Amino acid sequence: MGAGIMTQVSVFPAPLLPGLRNLLSRYAENMMWLARYMERIENMARLIEVTGSSVRAGSVDAGWDSIIRINADEEFFFRHHKAATEQAVVTFYITEEGNPDSILSLARCARENARVLRPLISTEMWMHLNVFTRWVIELGPGDVGAGYLSPLCTRLKQDCQTHFGITEGTLYRDQGWLFYSLGKNLERADQITRLIDIKYHTLLPSGAGVGSDIDMSQWTSVLRSAAAYHAFRRVLPDGMTPANIVGFLLKNDGFPRSLSNSLCNVYSALGSLAGEYRLRHCGPILERVEELRVTLAEQTVEDIIVRGLHEYMDWIQRELRQIQNEIAQAFWPPVVSVSAADGMAQVQN
Amino acid sequence: MSDMKMAAQAAGLFATYDIPDFFCELLNRKDLPPPGLQLVRDRLSRFGLAELRRRAAAVEAQFYRLGITFTVYSDREAIDRVLPFDVIPRVLTAAEWDHVDRGVQQRVRAINLFLHDIYHDRHILRDNVVPAELVLGNANYCQAMVGLDVPGGVYVHINGTDLVRDRDGRFLVLEDNARTPSGVSYVLEDRQMMLRLMPDLATGLDIRPVDEYGPRLHRALVEVAPAGVMDPQVVLLSPGIYNAAYFEHVFLAREMGIPLVEGRDLLVEDGRVYMRTVAGPRPVHSIYRRLNDDFLDPQVFNPDSLLGVPGLVDAYRRGNVTLANAIGTGVADDKAVYAYMPRIIRYYLDEEPILTNVETHICAERAGLDYTLANLENLVVKPVGESGGYGLLIGPHATRAELDDFRARLRADPANYISQPVISLSVSPTLCPAGVEARHVDLRPFAVTGHDTWVLPGGLSRVALRKGSLVVNSSQGGGSKDTWVLAS
Repeated sequence: MGAGIMTQVSVFPAPLLPGLRNLLSRYAENMMWLARYMERIENMARLIEVTGSSVRAGSVDAGWDSIIRINADEEFFFRHHKAATEQAVVTFYITEEGNPDSILSLARCARENARVLRPLISTEMWMHLNVFTRWVIELGPGDVGAGYLSPLCTRLKQDCQTHFGITEGTLYRDQGWLFYSLGKNLERADQITRLIDIKYHTLLPSGAGVGSDIDMSQWTSVLRSAAAYHAFRRVLPDGMTPANIVGFLLKNDGFPRSLSNSLCNVYSALGSLAGEYRLRHCGPILERVEELRVTLAEQTVEDIIVRGLHEYMDWIQRELRQIQNEIAQAFWPPVVSVSAADGMAQVQN
Repeated sequence: MSDMKMAAQAAGLFATYDIPDFFCELLNRKDLPPPGLQLVRDRLSRFGLAELRRRAAAVEAQFYRLGITFTVYSDREAIDRVLPFDVIPRVLTAAEWDHVDRGVQQRVRAINLFLHDIYHDRHILRDNVVPAELVLGNANYCQAMVGLDVPGGVYVHINGTDLVRDRDGRFLVLEDNARTPSGVSYVLEDRQMMLRLMPDLATGLDIRPVDEYGPRLHRALVEVAPAGVMDPQVVLLSPGIYNAAYFEHVFLAREMGIPLVEGRDLLVEDGRVYMRTVAGPRPVHSIYRRLNDDFLDPQVFNPDSLLGVPGLVDAYRRGNVTLANAIGTGVADDKAVYAYMPRIIRYYLDEEPILTNVETHICAERAGLDYTLANLENLVVKPVGESGGYGLLIGPHATRAELDDFRARLRADPANYISQPVISLSVSPTLCPAGVEARHVDLRPFAVTGHDTWVLPGGLSRVALRKGSLVVNSSQGGGSKDTWVLAS
């Protein structure tokens, strides 16, 4: 029967180490956002790299504007740029100061969070983050030219993956770790639904093109954007259909960035917070996540596509936002106080 | 060993080392160099400049990666700088350290008795040992502390005493830091770095370790928690990531294994202090605060400050939480009160000061002002109310215009200044762009007081990196050195 989180009796008599019972709310929030920002940087880098290579390979349909749409930045982007050229988009998403979604801005935020979290995170984590984020913050326009784009994205991805590896290997497993895991997996869930949603818009309705060569290379790029290409090939060597790909990204539990896998990890982190750490308030959030998982498990991809993939992705994204809000309400509720002590703006969001 | 032989041995790295007319911590001591020092010196001299530079570069790279920085504020943004670190250690003998250790302990005892007295019966003021207006009219004197009994009578739990050595190698107290002395993190990090990147220099030497600091400090903070608390929760209160010393706050919280909190993480309810955790409010009993008095509690001090905790002073006055250091300790490290410290020590302890002060003239007093004005070109004049080496006048280095300007300032506001003779600070060989050169150093030992006082064996050796400069502050381009205390 499951993980037994509902009835688990701890072998240890309550807190073993002082750190276990006293995770500051602020730290929990920062842990969550640190993971989200790093995950977001990695996704952004992969998206840019894949777009770069597919555009150059001639698939004009999947142009640079898809990145803008995935991030819902149309209005913001076109206020400052005339056209979605490679130069404009790449700069916008890598080094533009004014864009809160640029890798530069994300790195700044990651660094701020990490600085706050230094009492909690391992020295190895800090050292790597410190060097990485400084490097990103110092990237100039000359570093993002077409000739350097692929190696640049590769390094960005690798540094993010190094971060996740170091974290996995060195971060102490307590509540902080669980909030980190929540952030990482919520971000993954969010990213995968955005990716599917936008590609659905771009590709599925074009009727005539479905199943054609162009279509296939577009779907290949979807898989690559999610780092899922080889895993998919292994599982379904002959199954390169839109439905199979969507199904794989949404429902395959073995793929670490799939929606179902991310939700499973969110559920288990919340379960540990409720069980091992006896944090009340987890109940309703667990229920919401569970409902999402059940809905996802009970429907086939064909059902989802027939009823409207876009609507479904939209609903999931709203649910994910709601989960994020409920976590914030439960664990770092706004300060109710007569003073203005909370006036200092948080870095997040 | 003959002088010739010694000179030949020292030839390598120190071949061009020009020992000026100062006490040199490594190469020019009054007595025969102790064996430990000799060993360090011989090993260093065999290093060669290129090798030493290679090590120094490795150290700096490592500090940078670790983000061991202090923050410098420029016009637009905060910049993290690595505190320059010199790879040539400063070595103290066991006997020298014993003297410093006893002297610092004595001073801390006297300071705590003084603070208790001025916030209670004020014997020392009534006996006219210290002028009453100097204490009661002092900006750092805190009315909220009057009549309050702090646990164990400890006001200054963490004290940093700034020492220098004169031409004879005598230690002199330059000032006391009884509020929120900083720099101890460099002591521990410098040692880590030295042992990792210069292991061959320390091999076989019996150097007293410094890594006890965190546990000792934690134990002291537990000891002074309000009576009757079974398992006191200690936290470190920081102004946050934009504070220049944020690195140190993180470091100390980690070394003690306690939460690093900001004002917004704490709340006071019914006179008790809690921190906001994911499991709801949790009690806090002992706060190592790295926030100045003025920012602690907007209800009592600066109402505009967002850094503190409303109601904290009330909780403190009710005895529900301990603050380290206590509020209002600034009176004891005041540069004007400093002049009276030898008398304060005699008054409370009936002992002679083990560490003497630098001769100090108080400009608030007629005689002190007259002497200062008459001898300005030979004196260092310090504003009483500032720190960080700002607003100093170093007479012998000043131009005629600067001296005249300062005389006017002195006459306009004499009470704000003290003056001291220029001390020929000791020097220590330091790796400089042109080679190994003599640079002035000071020493800040750290004393931790709970039930009793413990002094970290070593302390922060700051070095003035500019040739001839006497200013060692980090904000003025100073660096640090590892301080080795030999066990025997």
